[in-house]
Amino acid sequence: MTANQKLVGMNGDEASAFATKQVDPDVVAAYPITPQTIIVERYSEYVADGQVGTEFVAVESEHSALSACIGAEATGARAFTATAANGLALMWEMIFIASGLRLPIVMAVANRALSGPINIHNDHSDAMGARDSGWIQIFCENSQEVYDASVEAWRIAEHPEVQLPVMVCFDGFTISHTMENVYVLPDEEVKRFVGKRVFMRTKGHMGETEYRLDPTCPISIGPLDLQDFYFEHKLQEVDAMNEALKAIPKVDDEFSKVTGRPLQYMYPYRMEDAEVAVVGLGSAMGTVREVVDELRTQGKKVGMIKQRIFRPFPEEALLEAIGDVPVLGVMEKAASFGSPGGPLYEDVRTTVYGSGKKTLIADYIHGLGGRDTSPDMIREVFAGLVSIRKKGKVDRPVNFVGVRE
Amino acid sequence: MSELTLKELSKKPELFSGGARLCAGCDETVIVRMVMKATRGPTIVTNATGCLEVASTIFPFTAWNLPWIHSAFENTAATASGLEAAVKAMKRKKEGPLAGYPQIDIIGFAGDGGTYDIGFQALSGAIERGHDFTYVLLDNEAYMNTGIQRSGGTPMGAATTTTPAGKVIHGKTETKKPIDDIIIAHGTPYVATLNAAWPLDVVKKTRKAIEVDGPTFLHAIVPCSRGWRYPPEKTIAISRLATQSCVFPLYECKQEKGKPVYELSAPSLAIAKRPETKKPVEAYLEPQGRFRHLFRPERQEELIKAIRESVDLRWQILCERAGA
Repeated sequence: MTANQKLVGMNGDEASAFATKQVDPDVVAAYPITPQTIIVERYSEYVADGQVGTEFVAVESEHSALSACIGAEATGARAFTATAANGLALMWEMIFIASGLRLPIVMAVANRALSGPINIHNDHSDAMGARDSGWIQIFCENSQEVYDASVEAWRIAEHPEVQLPVMVCFDGFTISHTMENVYVLPDEEVKRFVGKRVFMRTKGHMGETEYRLDPTCPISIGPLDLQDFYFEHKLQEVDAMNEALKAIPKVDDEFSKVTGRPLQYMYPYRMEDAEVAVVGLGSAMGTVREVVDELRTQGKKVGMIKQRIFRPFPEEALLEAIGDVPVLGVMEKAASFGSPGGPLYEDVRTTVYGSGKKTLIADYIHGLGGRDTSPDMIREVFAGLVSIRKKGKVDRPVNFVGVRE
Repeated sequence: MSELTLKELSKKPELFSGGARLCAGCDETVIVRMVMKATRGPTIVTNATGCLEVASTIFPFTAWNLPWIHSAFENTAATASGLEAAVKAMKRKKEGPLAGYPQIDIIGFAGDGGTYDIGFQALSGAIERGHDFTYVLLDNEAYMNTGIQRSGGTPMGAATTTTPAGKVIHGKTETKKPIDDIIIAHGTPYVATLNAAWPLDVVKKTRKAIEVDGPTFLHAIVPCSRGWRYPPEKTIAISRLATQSCVFPLYECKQEKGKPVYELSAPSLAIAKRPETKKPVEAYLEPQGRFRHLFRPERQEELIKAIRESVDLRWQILCERAGA
């Protein structure tokens, strides 16, 4: 049975801050950066008004933000931070350390284009730079998804078989600053769902214990780890990501029962008889849905798949969502300089061709630096896919949409 | 602090155990052991990347008999902030795995590279925010773990692998960054200098630092046989000379009514009272290979004079501040 929910108007940043307030983590350490700043502002208000028990650490940089979260989580506390673009880039060193030390931190990323040149608007270049960092990455389409992910993320991160940090990614300004209606759970329901933090067990030098800093049974976290053991520890991280692939649908199901909103890896839309389709992440997929509906009214057999989880990459769910569609366009907001295509394109190709499917795939990189992805541009993408369908081959695998050449 | 006698301390279990892989004659071992002897109860240690971290924890071994975390080089103070914030939050909420401890002290160790240079911003931020932790600077005056490169803590004239004693340039041309003054200028409640040649002084100052609420800063001079180029058995002798020559005076600085109040510690106070007992700076410089080019093949009189004047000026300023 679903819980009683209230409808509240809030933007993506506020949804993130509100959900985090309900979780009430022990430590929030963060630094202001556009377009994430509203999160730290709102959270500071919650702290100032005594609505949370959180210790808010207004650090002097994002590097210190994540460092403080690492220290806090190592004690067994819950820690949250938020960032974007250059802030995430400044954290880069600590991102890998957070996951390597297996600390289930939750971080909101209001996706913004990386410098330079400097730009404050949305694309996915920041989060894509962290795609190999050992963090689980959830991409949200709207404020509701931000709220849901910001509650659910703790359970995924702290799942006993996972114990990895989670990035809740949502598009800067498009989501972070856009007021929408969001259904929110009662505080006690969030508290109940999130529960208490669970720990891995480890063989410490003073006996088996929970993996956390405790004077009663001390362990050393973050030792020098050389040729003898580093590789095994990295393999454990690989395994944890594979476990996350199994754990996420379970947590999704459990949370969906509370909210009544289905949480899935993939959201296929009008795919049943589609001849061409688009897969992508984030807010642009809302516009794609509109265009799909419009083209369907014109009798065109088009469909789309919104992908919610990017890491771990849900290969099976993607293949199932693609089904027999003969032509697939990947729409993504990140370029990968010098590589065969964008990051999502490469993973989609690897997944599809690894399965033996013969789907024709083309990449459509759009919206860099916050350039609006208009319905016209999406119509253009579908027109391109239809032309691939007719020709039976991909002439131009990587396309840049809505850019002056 | 009646338990802080050598006899009583010898009975206290070693929180930093012997057998770590630090070099023979490494002074860090002595300082860290004494700092650990000064703990008053449950303590969590965080450690910057560097000699101490590398040599004390090669997996699956550890020298730390208390909870210890290393995450990176430049973030000791930021990690300490997170540790302290977490302990505080759990205590306030009466919830979480450490909520039951009435008190947990946080100690951070970092070298001169991790303090003067790459960790400076994080340290300044953590002190400004007022976290309750004790920061111990293990100052061996260069990046020793990577092979003796100059840092902001390297003194003038010292040869390092990035400030070599060349035909034109004779070691580092700049003076040591006045880190203690900078930390004191933050309004830090307690700052003190440590020298392993006076181990009980190390213990007593550390205990004071731990007992003070808010951030405290302990600056230990840590001679390094490999980097300073002297025989390992001379470590304590060299360390002692640093204070006897007033290159590294021992003192404490507390804040009283918003003003820094300096107090010379016994070995330096004795020199202030009887200036004739002050050893010449050459007595400290000459036994060290890193200053060898100042004396051989020919004596670099001007450079030695510049070092002497710099040391004397800083000592004079300190004496004035301490009213000695």
